[in-house]
Amino acid sequence: MTDPILAAEGVTKLYSSGRVGCRDVSFSLYQGEVLGIVGESGSGKTTLLNCLSAKLEPTAGTIRFATRTRGLTDIFGLSEPERRLLMRTDWGIVHQNPRDGLRMNISGGGNVGERLMAVGARHYGNIRAEALDWLSRVEIADNRVDDKPQSFSGGMQQRLQIARILVSKPRLVFMDEPTGGLDVSVQARLLDLLRGLVRSLGLAAVVVTHDLAVVRLLADRLMVMKDGEVVESGLTDQVLDDPHHPYTQLLVSAVLQV
Amino acid sequence: MIPEPVLRIEHLAKTFTLHTQGGVRLPVFTEISFTVSPGECVVLTGPSGSGKSTLLRSLYANYLPDAGRVSVRHRDSWVDMVSAEPRQVLAVRRETMGYVSQFLRVIPRVPTLDIVAEPLLAQGVAQDAATVRAKELLARLALPERLWSVPPATFSGGEQQRVNIARSFARSYPVLLLDEPTASLDATNRETVVSLIAEAREAGAAIVAICHDAPVRNAIATRLFDVTEFRAAA
Repeated sequence: MTDPILAAEGVTKLYSSGRVGCRDVSFSLYQGEVLGIVGESGSGKTTLLNCLSAKLEPTAGTIRFATRTRGLTDIFGLSEPERRLLMRTDWGIVHQNPRDGLRMNISGGGNVGERLMAVGARHYGNIRAEALDWLSRVEIADNRVDDKPQSFSGGMQQRLQIARILVSKPRLVFMDEPTGGLDVSVQARLLDLLRGLVRSLGLAAVVVTHDLAVVRLLADRLMVMKDGEVVESGLTDQVLDDPHHPYTQLLVSAVLQV
Repeated sequence: MIPEPVLRIEHLAKTFTLHTQGGVRLPVFTEISFTVSPGECVVLTGPSGSGKSTLLRSLYANYLPDAGRVSVRHRDSWVDMVSAEPRQVLAVRRETMGYVSQFLRVIPRVPTLDIVAEPLLAQGVAQDAATVRAKELLARLALPERLWSVPPATFSGGEQQRVNIARSFARSYPVLLLDEPTASLDATNRETVVSLIAEAREAGAAIVAICHDAPVRNAIATRLFDVTEFRAAA
């Protein structure tokens, strides 16, 4: 098979107090594969995501990304401008709170168009047409394009954030609790949309969540984290239906059946 | 002459350990070995709780056995479902091994016809041809035409099951695993499913099935495999 798109080896982050963020995490992610990371609050999943997305430099271990020109490259060996370019183009980060990923004082269409301009698009008509196309793909009506995100509902803001990220055609998307803070019916719609987009675009993605229903729907494979370490990993339906580690069994049995 | 097997099960063993129940160990089976060739339908037998479903799920890598191998002929090589990487298992499930359960995992907001046609589209069949095949199957399974454009979330249990069966038989898999495919169907639909299974088998599928209904079992089985003989000691 081909090379992975993201390869993590022995990723460890220790905070100055000696507290463990995450310890010795290794995995390879391939094109079109969605990896779910689950665990309770404080299990280190967000620390790990921050390391993977180059926001936080790990204390030990390496993280390599397959760049378009150089193949697998250590992301912390890149220069700052190179890393910024990567974040604008090949990577997309979906924040739990859409306000962290959006510019609240420019229009919905502008939020999407801005990402395109950041990668060099200049023709206003083309930018607007592409922005409109993406807004319709995330089910935002044409007549809301010129409204500011403040006037959008939480679910719409989250869908706008997703359009803003996907418009620049990233190859790898990081999602931190993408459905957190949304009510259940809005969650289902967003998940359904994300699932369709991830499959049709062949994206690789890392999804961090504490919601097992989210990973069952979105993720091909799963890593279960506890106290900063990966305690179990494998095929999503196998880990959820036949959990082996005591902590995973507890996690799965704690879910209310509806 | 029986063709070369496409599924080889060797020395398979499974024990559940329930850590939330004080580490109770529940041995299910041990040392299971058999092979399945194209055109064969092996029906697993044994009373409830004897491990038939656990075995079938282990073949699909939904459960992880403790020992042994499940080798599947995939493209031009063998893949061991027990030790393969997740993406290899998913590739086998996409192309080679189908699993039909009693229950439809409903995808919200997707119309019935699209649910049935989806496996064909994923295989690269053109939209028109996929729709024709989907309609043909839904008609054979007597699902009223007015329901075809509706998502099946609100359907009755039997209707959902027929949607699931239509979806599962829309495309042909070289290896097919069936978990009670006729449970809760009426006599006419049961007959239809029996003939779908027979057609798949005659077209060269290697089938492993669980089926409590004796007439259906007799109609589809080419061989029985008694799971109780492999019960593991507690």
